[in-house]
Amino acid sequence: MNSSVLFGLSTVAYVFAMILYIAYLAFRRNQVGVIATTLTMAGFVAQTFAILLRWKEFYEIGQMGILRAIPLTNLYESLIFFVWCLILAYLIIEFRYRTRSFGAFVTPIASLVLAFIDISGMSTNIQPLVPALQSNWLLVHVMMSFISYALFAISFSTGLMYLIVKTEKRNDPSYIFWTVTMGIFVIVLAAMGLDYLTFKFAVKSQEELIRSYLFRASFRSGSGFVSVLSLAVAAGLLYGIWRYGGVLRKIVGSFDLSAETLDDITYKSIAMGFPIFTLGGLIFGAIWADQAWGKYWSWDPKETWSLITWFFYAFYLHSRLMRGWKGKKVAMVAVLGFVAVIFTYLGVNLLLSGLHSYGSQ
Amino acid sequence: METGKQKTFVDKIWDVFASVKLAAVIFAVIALTSMVGTVLEQNAEPAKNIRILVKFVGEAAAPAAYEFFSRLGFLDMYHSWWFLTLLFLFCANLIICSIDRLPRIWKLVTAPIHALTPDHLEKMSIKRTLTMKGKGGAADQVSASLKAIGFKPVQAEMDKDRQVYAEKGNYTRLGVYMTHLSILVIIAGAIIGVFFGFNAFLNLPEGQTSSVAYKEGGKEIPLGFDIRCDNFDVEYYGESDMPKAYKSWLTVLQGGKVVMQKSIVVNDPLTFEGITFYQSSFGTVPDSAAHGVAILRAVSKDGKSEEIQARVGDTFTIPGTGIQGRIVNFSPALSVDQNGRPFTYEENMTNPALYIEFTGPSQRFSGWVFKRLPRTWQLPDGNRVEFLNFWGVRYTGMQVRKDPGVWIVYLGCLTMAIGLYITFFMSHRRIWVNISEEKGQSKVLIAASAHRNRAAFERTIEKLAGMLAAGNKGGTK
Ligand code: HEM
Repeated sequence: MNSSVLFGLSTVAYVFAMILYIAYLAFRRNQVGVIATTLTMAGFVAQTFAILLRWKEFYEIGQMGILRAIPLTNLYESLIFFVWCLILAYLIIEFRYRTRSFGAFVTPIASLVLAFIDISGMSTNIQPLVPALQSNWLLVHVMMSFISYALFAISFSTGLMYLIVKTEKRNDPSYIFWTVTMGIFVIVLAAMGLDYLTFKFAVKSQEELIRSYLFRASFRSGSGFVSVLSLAVAAGLLYGIWRYGGVLRKIVGSFDLSAETLDDITYKSIAMGFPIFTLGGLIFGAIWADQAWGKYWSWDPKETWSLITWFFYAFYLHSRLMRGWKGKKVAMVAVLGFVAVIFTYLGVNLLLSGLHSYGSQ
Repeated sequence: METGKQKTFVDKIWDVFASVKLAAVIFAVIALTSMVGTVLEQNAEPAKNIRILVKFVGEAAAPAAYEFFSRLGFLDMYHSWWFLTLLFLFCANLIICSIDRLPRIWKLVTAPIHALTPDHLEKMSIKRTLTMKGKGGAADQVSASLKAIGFKPVQAEMDKDRQVYAEKGNYTRLGVYMTHLSILVIIAGAIIGVFFGFNAFLNLPEGQTSSVAYKEGGKEIPLGFDIRCDNFDVEYYGESDMPKAYKSWLTVLQGGKVVMQKSIVVNDPLTFEGITFYQSSFGTVPDSAAHGVAILRAVSKDGKSEEIQARVGDTFTIPGTGIQGRIVNFSPALSVDQNGRPFTYEENMTNPALYIEFTGPSQRFSGWVFKRLPRTWQLPDGNRVEFLNFWGVRYTGMQVRKDPGVWIVYLGCLTMAIGLYITFFMSHRRIWVNISEEKGQSKVLIAASAHRNRAAFERTIEKLAGMLAAGNKGGTK
């Protein structure tokens, strides 16, 4: 048994769990919910073993001690760890708040990340550490960053759900905000899916797809007709989500989660994530940079985007203290905060360049 | 913020700076401008940023856009006057906001808890009621239970009731201030680093000594001591070309005397008298074949061995034999392809190789000896020449930094970590237990408050109520 088989099993389990959680929402059958939870837990156990096995495999190849061999050194491994943290956080919430409805929002994030790993064809090979990554700070830095990212992902989905249940009128700014946010997510994912289908055979190296082919099958196509058509389809999608968002509100509204609980989970996960991100993401990152490059802070894009993310969440924490902001506005900040997280992690690697060698393998 | 009275101009400014609104605005402005700063490359040549701008605004508008961002200081924005002004406003906001609120918080922290009227207690957010049988002793039992959950209770006599109350964690209200203070400490440390430290680099060839480092632009910075590079080497993973470690052997000299020796690798720098040397790059000096000294170990068939230093063109003898080797050629990065033919990796010394001609009493042979391929060390006649190093042709590239503020920055980070922990995971918790005796029964009202994490405290109160109720049932407590 090697780790990739187990990773495959856990991916399958999460994808089926996603389908079941959504079915559970639609049909409200308790057995379906129980099977969904069981599958999620089975996937989680498989993934835990997979990570441990990969750790062992890496340890045997890397020849540099057990701590340095933690599988958190490239894009692939860190995304896997992110999913692991996310599912763990979700399972804790499911048991603490005794609710399953939320699973229909979290398992899709996990499945999307796993699909992204597959689609982008990123390297899943075990590679020995380049010299800059040979630091014990790396372990805590990356691990804590990803724990906080998972918590932020939770706050993103509860924040979004809060907005969905709290907005009624189509001209309400927060209604427009959530429909547009969701629309952009759908459009970007669809466009990336198209890129994948179109260029799957053209690309050789990892991540070349995203680096050089992003949106080439749609918006940035050589043919003017295709780009205009894509824009029109995108606009149609946005309109459709905006027009029929009420349907989603009805669904989410029927959950056994009140708006107050959603707000509470949003705040709690940020209240956990913020200190973890501050210590692990910013402070340990700075210490590591100080040892590796002789500068604890050099304003490179990755660092700066971490700081931007930090400011978003500081904004969130303080906006709760401002008159008239509690509720929908604060939830919007929570949603935007996670957009900043995604950009910090993926955007900087794939679109901007930096000192960090992450993902460039 | 007082109301009613006429406010002076200074009051108004004070109010603006004491408001969380301004903080939110500053957060937003710093975040948004920083985003621009990550798209445009900082301190880069104009051509680079124009190329980036072309992607956003097109060929025609790019130069004008460049001019625009350049005027606004976005090409070195983290040192621009307006960014520093933003940081200054941020600090002023933080300081004034804290001064504005601290007296009130301080009172909450230091004022000891006191008994409250039952009416007051009824309004608390956490409440439980229960009855305890039997006269007297209830207050002592409550005290004992409070002690059991970690509080230090005080008893007081009200007009007809007894009250037991306790509090914990009153200082945790200061966690937020600790967090805010830590930000100022970090900024102070960073400023000290900028004014009293320096950032420089030094490319030091093997065997050479320097008493200065160089700032960007070439300005010399005296170190106050000498530093010598004894050797530089790259280690690889097995026979692959994947680097495992970049390593420099350094010696620090003062007045010609060796005072420190250390080998540095990427995550392990050398620090001497507040100046730190970081492994950051490496390279080959021009005309490497002429400069370098090959370090070989010649081992004869019968085990006699001798270390040899030779330049290209030199001749050496394998000990105890009549065989002479002449180094004919050097290549910095030779390897062999699948057909056994050598090919080069250019100048980066990935795999140095020497071409040596051997002449002996009875035979002649010649061939390439590779540093990283020990199988090429074996000569056909059973003797061996080990290629240990080709020395004196590489330089190590080092970041040289002095930053007296770094410890203040770390102190700030530590303060922030502790402050955040206190802020988010601890709270000021207060409990009042009011006991009124009625018809031989004790009516007990538990009221409590926590300034955050109320749900967790509610569970504690639940436990307390359970303990009191259990005691009531005649338990041993
Ligand atoms: C990046 C900088 C900052 C960080 C990381 C930060 C962090 C925090 C945190 C973690 C809290 C606790 C929030 C909560 O209870 O949910 C807080 C509260 C607060 N912050 Fe900040 N803060 C920053 C800047 C500022 C600034 C510039 C001001 C200036 C007005 C400010 C004013 C406040 C106030 C008034 C509170 C509420 C205190 C209380 O509840 O008694 N903060 N801050």
